[in-house]
Formats: sequence, structure tokens, C-alpha cells
Amino acid sequence: MSKHKYSYDDDSVVVIIGSGAGGGTLANELCQKGIPVVLLEAGKRQSIGTFINDEWPSFHQLAWLDHRTTSGSWRIAKDFPNLPAWICKTVGGTTVHWAGASLRFQEHEFKALSTYGKIDGANLLDWPLTLAELEPYYDRAEKKMGVTRTNDIPGLPGNNNFKVMYHGARKLGYQDVHTGRMAINSRPRDGRASCLQIGFCFQGCKSGAKWSTLYTEIPQAEATGKLDLRPESHVAKIEHDEKGRVTGVLYFDKDGNLHRQRARIVCVAGNSIESPRLLLNSASSMFPNGLANSSGQVGRNYMRHMTGSVYAVFEKEVHMYRGTTMAGIITDESRHDPSRGFVGGYEMETISLGLPFMAAFFDPGAWGRKFTEAMESYTRMAGMWLVGEDLPQESNRVTLHPTEKDQYGLPVPNVHFDDHPNDIAMREHAYKQGQAVYEAAGAIRTYRVPPYPSTHNLGTCRMSARPEDGVCNKFGQTHDIPNLFISDGSQFTTSAAENPTLTIVALAIRQAEYIADQMNKRAI
Amino acid sequence: MSVQTSRRDFLKTSGAVLGGVLLYSSGPIAMLAPGRAWALELKSLTKAEGEALLRFTRHLYPHDGLEDAVYALVVKDLDTEAAKDKEVQALLRKGVAELNSKAGGNWLALAEREQFKLVEAIEGTPFFEKVRSTAIVSLYDNDMAYAYFGYPGASFQHGGYLHRGFNDLDWLPEPPPEASPPAY
Repeated sequence: MSKHKYSYDDDSVVVIIGSGAGGGTLANELCQKGIPVVLLEAGKRQSIGTFINDEWPSFHQLAWLDHRTTSGSWRIAKDFPNLPAWICKTVGGTTVHWAGASLRFQEHEFKALSTYGKIDGANLLDWPLTLAELEPYYDRAEKKMGVTRTNDIPGLPGNNNFKVMYHGARKLGYQDVHTGRMAINSRPRDGRASCLQIGFCFQGCKSGAKWSTLYTEIPQAEATGKLDLRPESHVAKIEHDEKGRVTGVLYFDKDGNLHRQRARIVCVAGNSIESPRLLLNSASSMFPNGLANSSGQVGRNYMRHMTGSVYAVFEKEVHMYRGTTMAGIITDESRHDPSRGFVGGYEMETISLGLPFMAAFFDPGAWGRKFTEAMESYTRMAGMWLVGEDLPQESNRVTLHPTEKDQYGLPVPNVHFDDHPNDIAMREHAYKQGQAVYEAAGAIRTYRVPPYPSTHNLGTCRMSARPEDGVCNKFGQTHDIPNLFISDGSQFTTSAAENPTLTIVALAIRQAEYIADQMNKRAI
Repeated sequence: MSVQTSRRDFLKTSGAVLGGVLLYSSGPIAMLAPGRAWALELKSLTKAEGEALLRFTRHLYPHDGLEDAVYALVVKDLDTEAAKDKEVQALLRKGVAELNSKAGGNWLALAEREQFKLVEAIEGTPFFEKVRSTAIVSLYDNDMAYAYFGYPGASFQHGGYLHRGFNDLDWLPEPPPEASPPAY
């Protein structure tokens, strides 16, 4: 007898693990169709009222800080050995923290292997899904999220940081430069205010202008009467029967008590480190390598996008922290053009950090006058973030640490990552171009800043046409277990150049249709 | 060298105070301060250790116009951690003692350039990293530092920057409306 809406023994429910872009959207889409959903979220339920305009306290409020380890040659393993990712543990998941950039993938990006060809060391694969198939769902996602420059929604106004990037970009000859396709209201819409240019997008939007499942999908799902949201519920294991079908999950509540919630279907949306970890931690005698892992690909092909930032100092004031963190983009370099020396492309997007985070991430480990000279120029700085397609490598992977355990005694995840030569070549090109943009705008100094702990985490339970190449099919349904789904960015076969959230939401809308259809047919 | 905190040591260190006076009487920090003097009560370090750590932090992150009072916040955080964790206390005390020893008795008495050489020499060591990793957070995450660097901090309570200069940059031409539509 549970104190929740659905009893622990109710095996008619869909259990969704994680309430972010994937899990939160899926929950709402299913509830709107009358399907009962138990949404288990490891984090607490915050609100617009509890968000904090202060970087370190906000980080401690929202970030996933359960113990993780890292390995590999990526700089993160040296500078932030226990923080491979800057993502969230909170109702709403990383949609609380994200900056709102909502870009569709390009057609060729679904066909990365066919387009780029086989590349040594890379585990490239075409998606089992085309842009044409996803377009109707991109349409619905953009409408749902209120993406600017779609659905007659005007673009956001450019802030000072954007003005600098725009001027330099156009002077350099870039053509497609604007304030972006952002899931941030430029007008009041959908019961939410328009953007006040607060400048703390990463810390949770205190006007509600930025789309987040926390105050959109989840309340909408609750209004149907079909949602049972359980915050502070950390899933430890997914259980299955002798037929190899999942039967429910074991989770710890906030007091550390273990509960078994039965399920008709289980959907994993814990982001790309926790999701494969959960599948691996659910190993059994029937599935000794973890659930849905006949391919051996669970945890593998971890991608974090080629990233890096360029900051520049000018003679006059910029105050880049005023206003949206990321409403500004140059898309010219996102094309596939191997004459540049690499496959795939990258986007160039404005970014700003506050004083505390600039100090922490500008040059991790640095000290002395060269560092402080940069910090002294803070109000005269502009910044951009470079986001590009990184190549999947089998050896970049999430595994269970052999000895270290979390607060529940469960093996923690280790994230191993090495750049591929293509990633390095792309980053070098992107740094040069970013610096050139700012020099064209009159920069007196430019700085290359290394990748942050990953805010884009992808590919660890990837989609594939053939079961031997991946973990799930074109609907995120795992190849091995028909009533087990992957519902977050772990599904991504390749990373594309674009920020992932819009695609995660589109896939969730589509997956909900499929799940409902399969349930109606009693196939699952 | 092992460091045992005996009752006598405890009595010696409790009540130690690190203090100073603001240098820039019309600077941004002075505008915030209730007076020109500042003081920090130390819980586990001696006054001499506090002074050494303050100066060490100034070498790590030299901002010439930034008041000692702000660097004292780093010392405060180190001191608080040392009060809770004997290993940290030992690490800090040993680090300071070794600096003094290499300086021939008193590291603080050396000229600035000589002080710096000894800082540089221990780059990457556990003591160096403890101070550095604390400083990178504490030095830049307080109201005085915000005032010095010109970062206003929280914004929502003022209605964001929509009417407070989010796009007031005037030394470059305005982007066209297709790129940057007007604000609502």
C-alpha cells in the first residue's frame, strides 16, 4: 500500500526514470493519452521561486553531484576528475539548467556513416531514422516549447554579447548570424512570461520564459490526473522476469528506504551517464552484461560534442553577463565540408559566465598574473561557445567502477573519454575562427577556453537498425527487451552539430505515440 | 613533523584575529564596508599562519587593487575547513612552516619577489593546490569581489536587464532587425 497515487503493485503503469527533456515530455505525452505514469526523479522539486541567481549556490542546488569518476586523456579527467558532466538532479532535469538553444539536426547528420564514410577509430553509424520521419515531431516540439523564429514567434533581441559577435562575424564574412532559435518566450506565451534578460539562464529561469519540463510538461501531466511524480526517488535497479521482460524497478526514497514499483513498461531517461549505469547495475544471471546489452554497446559511444569557448577582451565595456546566456548563433560552420580538414560541422553560440564561474572554468588550475589579467577585464569581455559533432568511439564509455560505491552502496559510473583526431582538428579550426570573429570586432586579446564538464551527454544507449550495432530501435525500444525503452539523449546514434534538447523532445513525442499504439495493440 | 593539537595549543590559537585596514578609501569595496578596518577571527590557525596564507593567496591570484579584506575571505574558508578537519589543519600548518623554513625563518619578511619564488617552487603540491582550489572559489564569489570586478550579481529582483542595459553597447553599430529583433 503506497501513499502515492498508484500502488507499488500496480503493474499497469508506465514507469519513467528521470523528468528532464526526455522523461518529462514522455510523461506528459503519455498522460495526455490517458496512460498512467509513475515518474521517478532522483532530485528534489524546485520552483521558479527557489531558483538562485548565484552560480555556486545554484550549482549545489541543481547539479548532479553524486560520486562519479573519470578516465582518459580528456582534460576533464585532470581538472574535474569527479565532475564529468554539468547536468541536473532535480525535477525537470537538465531543462532547468539548459540555455534554450533549440536546433533541428540537418538531414545528412542522420546519415553520418553514409555521409562521412568509415573513419578509423570511430564507431560511426547511420540513425535508423531520417529527418523526414522526424520532421512532424520537430514541428510539434517547436510549438510545444515555443521556439523563437518558428510558429510566428519573433526572435529574441540581441544583448551586448550578441552585438559583438554579430559585428565580428559579419565583418569576417559569415552569413547566417542571428539571435537563434531559442525555447525562450520573446512574447508572453503558453501562460508564461516573456524574457526579462535576467542573465541567469543556467541557474533556472526566474521569469519562466525559458521552457523547462518543471513548469510546463509536468504540471500539464499532473492536470490530467494520470501522473504520479515521485521526487527524491533514486532508481537502483530494473527488474525482469524469466521471460526477459521488465517487471518493475527498485528505488530508494528520500529516507533511504527501498521500494519496488511494478510496471508494465519502463522508460529510462536519466541522461547519458546514469541511464547506462542503471542498465549495467541491473545485470542478472539471465543478463550478466546488464539489461539490453546483447550488443555490448550499453555505455559505449559516449559523446559530449566537440566543445570549447573563446573569450575576448575589448577596450570598451561589454557586460556580456547582461541578458540571455546563449541567444546568438553563427551557423555557417555547421555544414559538412571536409576541405576544412574534418568531417561534420560546428555551431558558434554566444555564451556568458558570471564572475565566480569565469574564475573556475576559464583556465582550470591556472594562477598568476596571466590569469588575473584576464579576470581584471571581466566587464570588457565577450564570449562564445563552440559546439560541434564529435565522433562516437567504442572506447569512450560509461562503465561501472570496479570498487567505488555511491551513497546506496551501488557501483558508481566511470566516464572514459579521449578526443578523436577529428574532434581535435575541428576544435582547432573552431578556436581559430572564434578568435578571428572577435579580432574582426576589435578584440585586444582573445582566449581559448577548454571544454567545460559536459553539458551535452549523448549516445550511450544508441539507436541502431541492427541489434548488434546498438541498444534500441528507431523508437527507442531496446532491441532485447520490448517493454524497456530509452527515452533520453543516450539514444543518439551520432551527436550532430546541434544542441540536443529539441531532438530529445521530438523523439519523446514520437516515442509516446509508439508506446501508446503498442499498448493499445497489447504488444507490450 | 606531526602536529598534535594539545589543549595548550588550542588555548594558544583560539581567539587569534587577522585584521587590516582598507587601502582604497573611495574604492568600490570601501563603499560597501561599514568602516575602514576589517577583522577576521580565526578558529584554528594562528595569526601568523593567517597572514602567511593571505599573502600566499595574493601571490596565487594577484589583483593589485583588490583589498586584503577580500583575500581574508579565502583565509576564512581555509581556517573553517581546518577547524573541521585535522588533516587539512596539518596540511596548512606544515605548508606555512615549510615556507618559513625555506625562507630562513620568516617567509613574510622576504621581499615580494623572493616570496614569489618560493610560491612558484611548490606549484602543484598538495598545500599549494589546497590554497589555490579554495581561492578560485572564495576569492571571486563574494560581494566585495563583485564590486571590484564590476559584476552586479543577482538580477531578477531588479527585473533582469531588459530595462537596465542588456543591449546598451554603443561602440558598435546596431545589428539589423532580422538578426536582432526589437525587445518586447
